[in-house]
Amino acid sequence: MATLSEERSLFRPVQKHSLDNEQIKRPLTKQWKMTITSILKNKLALLGMIILFVIVVMAIIGPHLVPYNYSDQSLTNGNIAPNSQHWFGTDDLGRDMWSRTWYGARISLTIGVAAALIDIFIGLVVGGVSGYMAGRGKIGDRIDNILMRLVEVLYSIPYLLVVILLLVIMKPGLKTIIIALSITGWVSMARIVRGQILQLKEQEYVAAAQKLGTPHYKIILRHLFPNMLGIIIVNLTFTIPNAIFAESFLSFIGLGVQAPIASWGTMCNDALGVILSGQWWRLFFPGFMISLTMFAFNVFGDGLQDALDPHSRD
Amino acid sequence: MLILKRFIMMAVTIWVIVTVTFVIMHVIPGDPFASDSTNYPPEVLANMRSAYHLDEPLPIQYVDYLRDLCTLDLGPSIEFKSRSVNQLIADGFPASALLGLQALVIAVFFGLLFGIVAALNHNGIVDYIVMGLAIIGISVPSFILAPLLIKYFSVEWKLLPVASWGTWRHSILPSLSLALMPMAIIARFIRSSMLEVLNQNYIKTADAKGIGIVSIIVKHAIRNAIIPVISFLGPLIAALITGTFVVEKIFAIPGLGKYFVDSIFNRDYPVILGTTVFFSVVLIIVLFVADLSYRLIDPRIKLSSKGD
Repeated sequence: MATLSEERSLFRPVQKHSLDNEQIKRPLTKQWKMTITSILKNKLALLGMIILFVIVVMAIIGPHLVPYNYSDQSLTNGNIAPNSQHWFGTDDLGRDMWSRTWYGARISLTIGVAAALIDIFIGLVVGGVSGYMAGRGKIGDRIDNILMRLVEVLYSIPYLLVVILLLVIMKPGLKTIIIALSITGWVSMARIVRGQILQLKEQEYVAAAQKLGTPHYKIILRHLFPNMLGIIIVNLTFTIPNAIFAESFLSFIGLGVQAPIASWGTMCNDALGVILSGQWWRLFFPGFMISLTMFAFNVFGDGLQDALDPHSRD
Repeated sequence: MLILKRFIMMAVTIWVIVTVTFVIMHVIPGDPFASDSTNYPPEVLANMRSAYHLDEPLPIQYVDYLRDLCTLDLGPSIEFKSRSVNQLIADGFPASALLGLQALVIAVFFGLLFGIVAALNHNGIVDYIVMGLAIIGISVPSFILAPLLIKYFSVEWKLLPVASWGTWRHSILPSLSLALMPMAIIARFIRSSMLEVLNQNYIKTADAKGIGIVSIIVKHAIRNAIIPVISFLGPLIAALITGTFVVEKIFAIPGLGKYFVDSIFNRDYPVILGTTVFFSVVLIIVLFVADLSYRLIDPRIKLSSKGD
């Protein structure tokens, strides 16, 4: 026993600086900062970001770099291969392809971004309400049920059928396409949001907020939405290219924006007849731009997803 | 019981689709004879309208349509005189279905193959090549790929027919251009879920027991890795069905998609309704089968009446 107390005397109690121990030594890294560092490290995602930036800038200034308007016809200058005057060549009506390509970028990007934002807004509202009301008494369950049935019905209709039918009632144009794309597009977003909410609202901090009497709207806005922001942004980077693709698809079958407005889809469609006669530039430039944009959004979205996923962080 | 509930849900969905399409269609200004109105005297037009019951009040037309639908009669086509919508679908659907199915088989088979090969070669050269190609595949839409395929395979190298429909050789290029994007998506999906599965303990156990790599992959890994792909099959098939519109147009294939798009421009009411209903029914059945196959592949998943 004596030895034990001897041994004990060899140990000296450490001075307790309880506050010091709890102190966070390094400065806090905000989530958005970590996300950005992580994306900058991902070369492919960085490339995607740069490509998107260039396309957006060119969509803004591109048409102004040449003295031709996107709709100016010059029948004597039809079907010219790319040269120093017409950098991307001209189409059969002598319209400058450079100007049309970047003008088309404006149209495609506008449609993509607008449709995706509307999708996300409606999806958030419907999915949020549905997920939040689920399990909240009889009325709550009923609301959830009705909304989810609606989503299910919309989900099982091929979206192109709805879009095509809608495009027929309304006057073809930019606005119509955006509306038509968002009428069916919000469904998958609503499903994702609902699933997230169902998961998040079981968390302790939500229970704590509820016990403290925080009103519903505050719980949704302050606790649930911020925690879903990552998934929403990632979804945005996949929704935008889908909308751009859908627009080109519709324009391609003749239901998109109407002449003389150019979109990448209509330009590809116009080029279909001449591709075999060797006028490669008619299909190449708009087609390449669509593919490049889809590529950039996809790799950027992938990078963002990895960056926001805490499991893949090192 | 749950299956019965699903069937009721499916019937309700179809009814909603029919009703919405019917309403939308009649809101469209103009009717099937609007473009003929300068060529025929009004009495003739009135006769033509009454021949197709277009002069009756809308509710009666609606009830009539639903009654005929129950006997699977989709009515006559107005644009294609003396042919019924059923005939049009019978004419057009085989080509569309063959195209879609071929594309689906190509996409699923090669998507699985490439995804698995990439996963087994994780971070190796093969992995990078396959995933690089997959990203390109996701980025290039079918309506850009198709003209390129025609240009090289048909015009420059003269290996395959340029367009039209008939022999098996005609269907190669359209199926390929339709299959590329879903193939790339499947390959990416399978790769990431394979990587996850290959790290599981049961795979290591199987490996430690000396079971060969082939049988580990076939019996243990694929079955678990394929679940996310199946949840993607429903929307994929929908995309293939509607995607055929474009491919049919480029390759001049007499399929159903062409009839559908044409019918909208022609205001051919019965064809619009008929093809929409038909497409939707096909899709709903496909989604249902996809849900069922979930359960066959993974018995842990229960068939539920909810969407998730």
